[in-house]
Amino acid sequence: MDSLGTMVAKRVAFGLLTLIIISLLIFLGVELLPGDVAEAILGQSALPETVEAFRRELKLNLPPHIRYFTWLGDFFQGDFGTSLANGRPIADLIGWRFANTMFLATVAALIAVPVSIILGILAALYRNSLFDRIISMVTLSTISFPEFFVAYILIALLSVQLIIFPSISNINEQMSLLEKIHAIFLPCMTLTLVVVAHMMRQTRAAIINIMASPFIEMARLKGIKRMRIIVLHAFPNALSPVINVVAINLAYLVVGVVVVEVVFVYPGLGQLLVDSVSKRDIPVVQASGLIFASVYIGLNLLADVLSIISNPRLRNPR
Amino acid sequence: MAFFKLLRQSPLSARIGLAMILINIAAAIFVPVIAPYSETEIVGDIWLTASKDHLLGTDHLGRDMFTRLLYGARNTIAIAFITTLLSFLVGTICGFFAATLGGWTDLTLSRIIDILMAFPTLIFALMVLSVTGTSIIALIFVIALLDSTRVYRLSRAVAMDIEVMEFVEAAKLRGERIWWLMRHEILPNAMPPLVAEFGLRFCFIFLFIAALSFLGLGIQPPTADWGGMVRENAGAITFGIFTALWPAGAIAFLTVGVNLIVDWFLHIASGLKD
Amino acid sequence: MSKLKELEALFTKGNITRREFLAQASALGLMAAVSPALLTTPAQAAAPKKGGRLRLGIAGGSTTDSLDPALFEDAFMQNVGWQLRNCLVEIDADGNPIPELAKSWESTPDASKWIFKLRKGVEFHNGKTLDAEDVVFSINHHRGKDSKSAAKGIVDPIKEIKADGKYSVVFTLEGGNADFPFIMSDYHLTIFPAGTANIAKDGIGTGGYTLVSFEPGVRALTKRNPNYWKEGRAHFDEVETIGIADTSARTNALKTGQIDFINRCDLKTVHLLKRVPGIQIIRVTGTRHYTMPMRTDTKPFDNNDVRLALKYAIDREQMLKLILCGYGSVGNDHPIAPSQRYHASELPQRTFDPDKAKFHMNKAGLEGHAFKLHTSDAAFGGAVDAAVLYKEHAAKAGIKIDVVQEPKDGYWSNVWLKKPWCTCYWSGRATEDWMFSTAYAADAKWNDTYWKHDRFNKLLKAARAEIDDKKRREMYVECQKIVRDEGGVVIPAFKDYVEAATSKLKFTKVAGNWEQDGQRCCERWWFA
Repeated sequence: MDSLGTMVAKRVAFGLLTLIIISLLIFLGVELLPGDVAEAILGQSALPETVEAFRRELKLNLPPHIRYFTWLGDFFQGDFGTSLANGRPIADLIGWRFANTMFLATVAALIAVPVSIILGILAALYRNSLFDRIISMVTLSTISFPEFFVAYILIALLSVQLIIFPSISNINEQMSLLEKIHAIFLPCMTLTLVVVAHMMRQTRAAIINIMASPFIEMARLKGIKRMRIIVLHAFPNALSPVINVVAINLAYLVVGVVVVEVVFVYPGLGQLLVDSVSKRDIPVVQASGLIFASVYIGLNLLADVLSIISNPRLRNPR
Repeated sequence: MAFFKLLRQSPLSARIGLAMILINIAAAIFVPVIAPYSETEIVGDIWLTASKDHLLGTDHLGRDMFTRLLYGARNTIAIAFITTLLSFLVGTICGFFAATLGGWTDLTLSRIIDILMAFPTLIFALMVLSVTGTSIIALIFVIALLDSTRVYRLSRAVAMDIEVMEFVEAAKLRGERIWWLMRHEILPNAMPPLVAEFGLRFCFIFLFIAALSFLGLGIQPPTADWGGMVRENAGAITFGIFTALWPAGAIAFLTVGVNLIVDWFLHIASGLKD
Repeated sequence: MSKLKELEALFTKGNITRREFLAQASALGLMAAVSPALLTTPAQAAAPKKGGRLRLGIAGGSTTDSLDPALFEDAFMQNVGWQLRNCLVEIDADGNPIPELAKSWESTPDASKWIFKLRKGVEFHNGKTLDAEDVVFSINHHRGKDSKSAAKGIVDPIKEIKADGKYSVVFTLEGGNADFPFIMSDYHLTIFPAGTANIAKDGIGTGGYTLVSFEPGVRALTKRNPNYWKEGRAHFDEVETIGIADTSARTNALKTGQIDFINRCDLKTVHLLKRVPGIQIIRVTGTRHYTMPMRTDTKPFDNNDVRLALKYAIDREQMLKLILCGYGSVGNDHPIAPSQRYHASELPQRTFDPDKAKFHMNKAGLEGHAFKLHTSDAAFGGAVDAAVLYKEHAAKAGIKIDVVQEPKDGYWSNVWLKKPWCTCYWSGRATEDWMFSTAYAADAKWNDTYWKHDRFNKLLKAARAEIDDKKRREMYVECQKIVRDEGGVVIPAFKDYVEAATSKLKFTKVAGNWEQDGQRCCERWWFA
């Protein structure tokens, strides 16, 4: 397992490099966008001299490379800087939102991952049966609708018609865990419905694929029960694509939920990001972009490590 | 013709799926002939219910829903299909290369893709679309590029599993070239998960475009696209106006059709006889 | 003083309306001397009750918002701003300036120097007593070389601000302005304690509520200022202002009782919302209007025939019906709203007339020319739809309009004031002079039509310092006529503010100068 250790170390090192490259790309990207924070905030009421004064105050008149390296230097000292738009420390601005985002993603993942893997195995087991078809149709139709449509339908049913769950997930620190879960029930349902289908279908496809392999054929000839074959022989060998698709979907739960945030007025990172890009608030875009990027890198690394561990042939490369 | 022979052996579900897709394609091609009104014409009050003049009623601006649905088929299917194709072309080729060649190629490609993937989709889309405006060409390239990273990851993972199998090793020892390996050994064996992924990604791209238009990017009005049409009319659902169900239903109709075909392909490729 | 006596007599007898009385008294610079009894609004049907937590669901907030009034730009911060702070002057529900932190004001006869007398014994949330230094400090925040204030344009004509003793502030203007008190009611010009170091984070003011917590774009929580100086105002125990950008989310939250009030209703479903039990719709005629400015310094828009042709080529009635669902009124190509003091109701309404449009276009010799209309929904919700609609109207007159869709981002910096013809909106201003001198005067920085009309500019200047109401009205009517017939702007419609609230919320007349009862709902409303 030594080689695995070195691999992880290398990947972590590379992950850091990736983050720096991404921060540079984001910086350049936002720089290239037309307009800057001064123009974006003053909007229709901008005057040439007020825009100028705004830029002076934020030191936007300094050359870009100086601003970038100043930011990078501060960043390595643990100083995320302050928002250009309203002068708030970015750590304050982002901290609780990130916690909110993670909370929603975690609850959704705890429901979605087991459900989709079990459904995937069952669908492969009873392939082409009525059960398989029904599961297939139901999951397909849930991802066939845009997620905001699913959200609106859930609101119409569970919030407006039957008043069970709130239509906006306005959470704050004073609430207990149970109250919070009640508040985020609908966005959580929406996300679960969206990701389950993808993971479940991929699990099913991977298992069916393995079922054609000679060693499964052999097991079947030996007279081992179907259920046993799938759970003990096929599934472990199908793990690699399953792990990958789970990783992609987990990452999606963290970084891709802006639409759900908007619909349910949930204070997560997505909305902050959209606002900050449109206001050209570079440090905020940088910080939230890097958080998203780290989540991605972390999950991908984890997926690769798990793939290697789960596949004996990859574990002991010749 | 091999295709028709294949079709004759196909299960009922696949035939239904094919019919669903063909209906959509026919609608997309023959819009100008079938559509009773023009794409953006305002024909009456808003949210009229279905009647003889307006088969599916009217939308939030008083345009004929049936007409918009047909034009939506043309715009949405074309854009989503081209985008998916492009992203698969880029994604699988890179993925297979990385898996087959291994070493530095794999490392470099994977790192570039890692960076691209780690780069948050949303920031990327927001930035590109706010520079280029929201032209459809830009939209296709942005989404294809973003999506190809996911395709790359999957195809590389699958190809790596195949790559370590005996028959590939054997072919390598025979001294086969990389292209040959990719086409004759890896692609056929990687087909099932990739085809399944193609169907799903096609649907995802549909939905991603819809999500972008929800945020004010994406295909711009008055061009009809199904995702946008759902968004424009979805707000009325809680008041019992179900106009949004038509485009939503159309999206579901097409994606279900696509996936029925996908299942069939999966079945053929997996080599299972039952 | 005799003039004032005369006015008072007329008013008491009912010969002139309260509004006319106040306007004239104010124009005379005599507010100081007006008897306070005449200023109180007529007794309300039910006395306001104290208590409760008001939850507002508001569109128009952003995570980049700040508590610095210089950077206020939209509904969320306007409202929070007035929960926390006050202005010198308040605009009442009828559109008149009434005393707020200034208890009275007067001017020199040429209206170029204004003296505001401050109310005594008003305390900030931190216990400091309000005095003239605070006012000078607060207004200076928007002035000067280093100002990044969105209000810099409106405070620019102030040449000098001076404290005259502890409770009096003198403003010296570059020229006469009879409407100066209106300027002091602007939502940017709220008063905070002198020496405030970090205004972006500091919510200290003299307002009816004190700040508990503020998360930009998400939520602001305030609680009643027990020490509030205004009698009979600020009735809620707490106010929770929640930023909700999505229209459906706002509507649903109101329907399910999670919030008590929403602004910017979805006009397409408001007739359905009206039927929901326990919900009331609040509709106010405002001054907000949609415009399509043409750059009159650029070909082909330098030709008035082209401009007239385009003005005749739009079907305002259909525009109003489809874009605003009827919640507004048709425009007459000048920016003065029907509800305003000197609105020229005598001007005939311009209507859709393809023949006249054709005639003027032929006269300009530009038949067949394709006009590019640059637009984006950043200009106003439905701007793209409006442009497409316009295109279809103009086609009936044989005029070709190409709708060019621009990115939302950077619309105000890259399209507006730059492209020859685009879509735009104006919130409108409390007074004719303010509106005209912001966007129509030759030297105005936001003269988005680059329009220079000698007669208009002369009239505007003269009317600004004119105190005779009748003469002033005549001048403004002529101004409106000139803009309508020779100006560079198509104004298809004025928009109503349409809001909804639980029927438990009570109020008297709702102001139309801003949304949410002139953004003063937290002060003026109460729970039954």
